[in-house]
Amino acid sequence: MSKKSKIVKVAGPLVIASGCRGARMFDLVRVSDKNLVGEIIELKSDKAYIQVYEETSGIGPGENVELINSPLTVELGPGLLGSIYDGVQRPLDKISLKYGDFIPRGVEFSALDYEKKWHFRPIAKKGDHIGPGDILGEVDETVLIKHKIMVPASVEGKIVEIAEGDFNIKEKIALVNNKDKDISISMSSKWPVRNPKPFKKKFSPSVPLTTGQRVIDTFFPMTKGGTACIPGPFGAGKTVTMHEVAKWSDADIIVYIACGERGNECADLLLSFPELKDPRTGRPLLERTVVIANTSNMPVAAREASVYTGITIAEYYRDMGYNVAIMADSTSRWAEALREISGRLEEMPGEEGYPAYLSSRLAQFYERAGSVECLGSDRRKGTLSIMGAVSPPGGDLSDPVVQATLRVVKVFWGLDEKLAHARHFPAINWLESYSLYHDNLREFIKNNISQDQIDLKIEAMRLLGEESSLLEIARLVGIDSLSFEDRLILEVAKSIREDFLHQNAFHEIDTYTSLIKQHRILKVIMLFFSLAKTKLKEGMSFEEILKLEAKEKISRLKYIEESKLEEFDNIEKELKEAFGKSKE
Amino acid sequence: MQKEYLTVNSISGPLVIVEKTRDVKYAELVEVEFSNNEIRRGKVLEVQEDKALIQMFEGTIGLDVENSKVRFLGRVQELGVSKDLLGRIFDGAGRAKDEGPEIIPEKRLDINGNSINPYTRDYPSEFIQTGISTIDCMNPLVRGQKLPVFSGAGLPHAKVSAQIARQATVLGKKDSFAVVFAAMGITFEEADFFMKDFYKTGAIERSTLFINLANDPAIERISTPRLALTCAEYLAFDLDMHVLVILIDMSFYCESLREVSAARKEIPGRRGYPGYLYTDLASLYERAGRIKGKKGSITLLPVLTMPEDDKTHPIPDLTGYITEGQIIISRELHRKGIYPPVDVLPSLSRLKDKGIGKGKTREDHSDVLNQLFACYAKGKEARELSVILGEAALSDVDKIYLQFANEFEESFVKQSEYENRSIEESLSIGWKLLNKLPLQELKRIREEYLDKYYKK
Repeated sequence: MSKKSKIVKVAGPLVIASGCRGARMFDLVRVSDKNLVGEIIELKSDKAYIQVYEETSGIGPGENVELINSPLTVELGPGLLGSIYDGVQRPLDKISLKYGDFIPRGVEFSALDYEKKWHFRPIAKKGDHIGPGDILGEVDETVLIKHKIMVPASVEGKIVEIAEGDFNIKEKIALVNNKDKDISISMSSKWPVRNPKPFKKKFSPSVPLTTGQRVIDTFFPMTKGGTACIPGPFGAGKTVTMHEVAKWSDADIIVYIACGERGNECADLLLSFPELKDPRTGRPLLERTVVIANTSNMPVAAREASVYTGITIAEYYRDMGYNVAIMADSTSRWAEALREISGRLEEMPGEEGYPAYLSSRLAQFYERAGSVECLGSDRRKGTLSIMGAVSPPGGDLSDPVVQATLRVVKVFWGLDEKLAHARHFPAINWLESYSLYHDNLREFIKNNISQDQIDLKIEAMRLLGEESSLLEIARLVGIDSLSFEDRLILEVAKSIREDFLHQNAFHEIDTYTSLIKQHRILKVIMLFFSLAKTKLKEGMSFEEILKLEAKEKISRLKYIEESKLEEFDNIEKELKEAFGKSKE
Repeated sequence: MQKEYLTVNSISGPLVIVEKTRDVKYAELVEVEFSNNEIRRGKVLEVQEDKALIQMFEGTIGLDVENSKVRFLGRVQELGVSKDLLGRIFDGAGRAKDEGPEIIPEKRLDINGNSINPYTRDYPSEFIQTGISTIDCMNPLVRGQKLPVFSGAGLPHAKVSAQIARQATVLGKKDSFAVVFAAMGITFEEADFFMKDFYKTGAIERSTLFINLANDPAIERISTPRLALTCAEYLAFDLDMHVLVILIDMSFYCESLREVSAARKEIPGRRGYPGYLYTDLASLYERAGRIKGKKGSITLLPVLTMPEDDKTHPIPDLTGYITEGQIIISRELHRKGIYPPVDVLPSLSRLKDKGIGKGKTREDHSDVLNQLFACYAKGKEARELSVILGEAALSDVDKIYLQFANEFEESFVKQSEYENRSIEESLSIGWKLLNKLPLQELKRIREEYLDKYYKK
């Protein structure tokens, strides 16, 4: 259906074309002979309002618009991992090979390699009756990840033909018969990005997504299948925290969406991920990562699409039964793209000029997370966790994007500029942040870490809370007027802050701490507190406690290697002995 | 024969609407001939089938509806580049402002440029020594970084940026180095200060200046930084030079953007600035960087004056979200007579970690930096406390920190305008200050470095 559609108006990324009767909302179009990609976002009689994903300079009225009768889709299949795409899934590495260092306009590139042969091993057998989501076979996509080839939605029937061998992603790997109709299945498929991929059932998440970051895992834990947001002003360390989580989290697959952020940070990610090793498997991190890079100077409309492109790829791997984590940095830039397009459409603005549908779009996005039972008869489970950075203007949390996000996410890691200035990283404010997953994780913590871990962290949190009110008093009346017990609380809270919460992302050992080690560190600190409290009551002087040599060791606990955790036993013993000795 | 339109329909502010146009393209360059035969230029902001909206670069004073002639040039705004650009001064629209001859261009480049493919970017990792301790030691600048200077009215940001331009070197390397300077809306005196400095130090030989003064057309400012960056891209990626671009003052640039937006009756974002301010600023700032396999680099130093020193104002705020850190000029230090009045705590360089350390500066650099930060932060806290309670109420440790903060400002932050400290010197001043603290307070420094440098 190629009709005569012509441009009638160009205003920045918004192009209006006439003669588009029959076009559907959110269908793709090709604009002018420069072949720019666009998407229809509004229809008025035969006029289509198109947001163009590329720079529109040099485009004018009278030029052709080609309607493509399909919405924006992503191509799914083996070869996604380790790729780097722009907001509409064009492979940036291949573009650079062909076009050089800058991105030209109107390039068309297939997202996946059509030539490469993958070795396909069937799991389903000839004669099996299969339906959507069933696993036909697997491909070793990387050393770690077995790419499951699933039956596409809407296909059902009996397998007539299936064979082991080397195929490219377009070749037939199986033939399915459904009532005299033979359907050929290949390894790749397409999915419209704005539609969530279907699943059978959703569960409440109950397993933690560990990140190796002590403040997160112990105090504000995230779950596999959960949602979290990191709001903070610039310079508070959003991106560093996101990168750390991307590096160390125990998800199987990471989809990193650099949405309207800095090019150099993208470069850091792209250059460091092939070299960094996954702490659990020792393989390069890039082998489990897909990067969507739409930096701030790349076209704004593609930025809007990038989060959908990313999450659809993430859902695809979730459907295979993997634990997928998606990082969107930053959702504010995405919201700004929405605002820019909305402004050009001359829509009535809501708060701060953002469109009225901002919060519903955000909610729809975060709701695509979850712990689910996938389609398919084997009842496998997959999870999709979303972590979104938010960059409110001036760090002001009353910003509409922050507020709309807080209404839907369960974990809030609030970054604090003051902490960042004191170089306390991760600069997550322990008094303001929260996680609503503590109850979900109770069982897991008791069974896998320690029975007393929950009490320890509640007690530690209580001390931090008391510290802030004590400091206020101290500021007014001077620290000397506090009782020694209160001063001990200040001392221990300081130790929790400096020796537990503070974590150096650039230190080779400190950058990652396992759950068990986190428990051991906290336990030593709290042991010190309980011993010191008793001794203080028994008459030991406060100065004497401060001077204990064993106390010094607490500040070096975080540098103990993961393989030498038995050192904690010695330190606990030393601590007990030190307090025991002082009795005489 | 080029078509000439006599169909100007309306003029409002910097915007002109021309009717009955055909085959006009978006963002096309336009020439308008006034009734007195003066020719001014503009560009197409919006185009419909028979109508085009034009933004005039040099204002619309003297333009009339009846007799003006409009010509569409069929190309976007371009800059003719050649290596003769070095040593020259241009106005904000790219016309020669000195007595030199016209540039014979080697090629013409679209001033909007294309975005660098994130895949081909190389991570900035070469330390630039500026000779200023608060920058080199505390917030190190690296090649390909974009590091803005946040200042306020009446603060010596011009001196600081001139000092950086004058002293910036990469340790142990003799590469060809160039400065591209774009002035937007600054006063004659300020521009003159830079030009004199460039002439005096001979830096002019390897510099290109684009000057749009406060009394030059405001709308012209929108293209000034783009011209400068196009020139920088050519010098860096075609001629393999290391280019330092100074954009001063971004606040005036943003105000021009607001003026155009207001004239177009767009829905304003915060404080009347257009909703696309972030995207627009990013399209400038993101042109800094390095490219894999290319020798040259673009390091960007935008300078902006924050209204009322308010960091949450949209201009510094959005800038901070795009750039890789910021150098903040402090009014408090300036009042104390400390030059350069760099406010160390809120200043930040995000790319420092790959640019410092063993083989680049010195192995203890990162730890010293973190320790100095933490100690200075504590010292400032103690100072606040002593203001409320009096110095006598401070604990002994707090007193040490208070002393530290004072000495830090006096001997580390403070230096003269022509003092070029090496990184070694800066670090040893840092250690001299740290030596006055007890060992157990130095938690951020690895033991091996404490053994090597503490009280040595």
